[in-house]
Amino acid sequence: MKTILYILQKEFRQIFRNRTMLPMIFGVPLLQMLILVFAATFEMKQIDMVVVDKDLSSASRELVAKFDGIPFYHITEMVQDETIGENMLLKDKADVVLVIPVNFERNLVRNDKAQLQLLVNAIDGNSAQLISAWSSRIIAAFNQNLVAEWKGIPEFTPPAQVKIAESYWYNSELDYKWYMAPGILAILVTIIGMFMSGMNLVREKEIGTIEQLNVTPVKKYQFIAGKLVPFWIIALFDLAFGLFIAWLVFDLPIVGSLWLLFGLAGVYLISVLGIGLFISTITDTQQQVMFVSFFFMMIFILMGGIFTPVESMPHWAQMTDRINPIFYFMKIMRMVLLKGSGFVDLLEEFFSLTVLGVIFLSLAIWRYRKTT
Amino acid sequence: MDFCNLATQLQSLNFGLRTSVFQLSSTNMKQLKSFIKKEFYHIFRDPRTMLILFGIPIAQLLIFGTVIKSEIKDVHIAVYDQSKDVTTHEIINKLLSSGYFILDANLENTSGIEKIFKKGKVKQVVVFENNFGEKLTREGEANVQLIADASDPNMARLVTSYTTGIINDYIRKLHPNLEMPLQIKSEVRMYFNEEMKSAYLFVPGTMALILMLISAMMTSVSITREKEFGTMEILLVSPLRPSQIIVGKVLPYLILSIINAFVIVLIGHFVFGVPVTGSFILLMLETILFILMALCLGILISTMAKNQMVAMFISMIVLMLPTIILSGFIFPIENMPEILQWLSHIMPARWFIAIIRDIMLKGNGLLFVWKETLILVGMTLFFVAVSVKKFKIRLE
Repeated sequence: MKTILYILQKEFRQIFRNRTMLPMIFGVPLLQMLILVFAATFEMKQIDMVVVDKDLSSASRELVAKFDGIPFYHITEMVQDETIGENMLLKDKADVVLVIPVNFERNLVRNDKAQLQLLVNAIDGNSAQLISAWSSRIIAAFNQNLVAEWKGIPEFTPPAQVKIAESYWYNSELDYKWYMAPGILAILVTIIGMFMSGMNLVREKEIGTIEQLNVTPVKKYQFIAGKLVPFWIIALFDLAFGLFIAWLVFDLPIVGSLWLLFGLAGVYLISVLGIGLFISTITDTQQQVMFVSFFFMMIFILMGGIFTPVESMPHWAQMTDRINPIFYFMKIMRMVLLKGSGFVDLLEEFFSLTVLGVIFLSLAIWRYRKTT
Repeated sequence: MDFCNLATQLQSLNFGLRTSVFQLSSTNMKQLKSFIKKEFYHIFRDPRTMLILFGIPIAQLLIFGTVIKSEIKDVHIAVYDQSKDVTTHEIINKLLSSGYFILDANLENTSGIEKIFKKGKVKQVVVFENNFGEKLTREGEANVQLIADASDPNMARLVTSYTTGIINDYIRKLHPNLEMPLQIKSEVRMYFNEEMKSAYLFVPGTMALILMLISAMMTSVSITREKEFGTMEILLVSPLRPSQIIVGKVLPYLILSIINAFVIVLIGHFVFGVPVTGSFILLMLETILFILMALCLGILISTMAKNQMVAMFISMIVLMLPTIILSGFIFPIENMPEILQWLSHIMPARWFIAIIRDIMLKGNGLLFVWKETLILVGMTLFFVAVSVKKFKIRLE
């Protein structure tokens, strides 16, 4: 036990002697919370619309006024030529072009039917879908109004109607930041756990100081523990710091127990640190560690459900996620913070993380060789 | 270093001093060539690095293409049916046969809702009121409540809107002959990406990310490594001029980046069907411009960083994350707060992604992208100027 304490003392001194370390410990979570959480949103703020009104009738003008009245829509230009509209799409000056054809009003009056065209810039398929859905809804509402005004039928009502009330639990405002902040925090903890521990060990290899450690009577597990504990503490500290900023800046609710959250984060970190240390035992330079870690981290993060729900992924990906620690941690973060889930709800995640931690850590200890 | 080697080094140093600074002698050229050769061996010798370098873009493209989806499929829902009549059964069946939803549980009271949400699997609870079917036929109106787990707001919104759509569709089919007067039909045309493939978004993004990774991150770390180990000194006392050392250092990464860009465009085209509508040559020229910019950025970082860890962190925090988040690769820039939109203007990847989208997807020519191109050129020149100023020939 005493040996481990001495090793820890050495590691801590070495880490904090590096002057860039402290700014990194405080700066990275600050930067991530303040920039990434705000930037990572699919919520649309504004839709730029170009109107090609070839009809110039009272109906078409009313429709345009309807769009103009919605703060969400920003009508950038009114033209009469369709090619100008298309050109605006090419130049990225418009998200959507509304084309009102000639005789729009006449067709509506005479045939009870009229056509409109929406040209949507669909390079970003997600946004395009939203834009078309919203625009169609607005046109439908305009349509209903028109019926009421022209035909005198007060709000056209079908004979049977289901009233659907939607309520959103745990995030009633649908604030995207509450969704992203736990995710970004998980990335933060992972970066520290995986990169820093791995690079630290390989640095000793690169400079050759590992030889000096290898000739001491320090046991393999003691050595690994010495590399593991400091970063475990730093990562947990950063989690607390990041959480504090999130609570302060965007009122992130902390519904569940913080003890539970940090307890499970501790278990999670052991598996991530295990991966980092294992990678460092199979590589020789910091550059290699960096790339191998980057590779796995990228896959873990993308598949772990931080940005997109795991349920939408294909079956094989969901199976692969069983060995992805981020997948479990992501669930834990959101469930404990937003919903207040208890330990009983998270038993499966806890056991899986424990098993992964034991496996990766044993791999790291087993692969670490005192002899070359 | 053995004596013989040292002697030749000294000799060439002597020779190097005698040759004019402005004129490259053939010996100098030869030295540069062998130096470049050494750098190539250095990188290509290590299978781990090579595997990762080509593994990252391929893995990333495949993950984005097959795994990253925000569509709805097999979402677990629960039902709290207080009515249990024919209509509610039919609606539930309709929901379940749509392929979007899987029934997880039938709840018997409201307290079960909270419990089931806390377990995390169920994303929506559909609550039917008492005497649902009767009310619908008699009063023409009945109530359904959709309670969604909004800890994932996007998902919650999608799930409720899908459910609403299915229920409305069911009701509409009860009265098939109903027609509305004065119908306006809107026809939606999706420009540039008719099938709304997500590949159109992630192929350009991946390209920017990978080129940044290889060009800026690798270069900065590898030059910093020489500094950290003191081998930079050995290089600096060699007859090679500093600019030649830098050229030798970055050339392998330039070539690797170009190969990688090719691979990404090829996979994008043949696996995901992303077209190259514009000029391929222009695309490659712009890519090379971006690579050069990234290399200069890498050199600049290496002049500032003391050791590899710092170089890596600067690259990660200043380059990778913004390239992923602030460039419009995953999250549209227009949705961000003002300040971040403004900040995104200094992200080179933002301009590069705009250029590739224009050329690949819209088929635009230089006429449309000259502004972005000029910005990239300007950035490159700026980085070169600053690094030349900061590059130290002597060690402190």
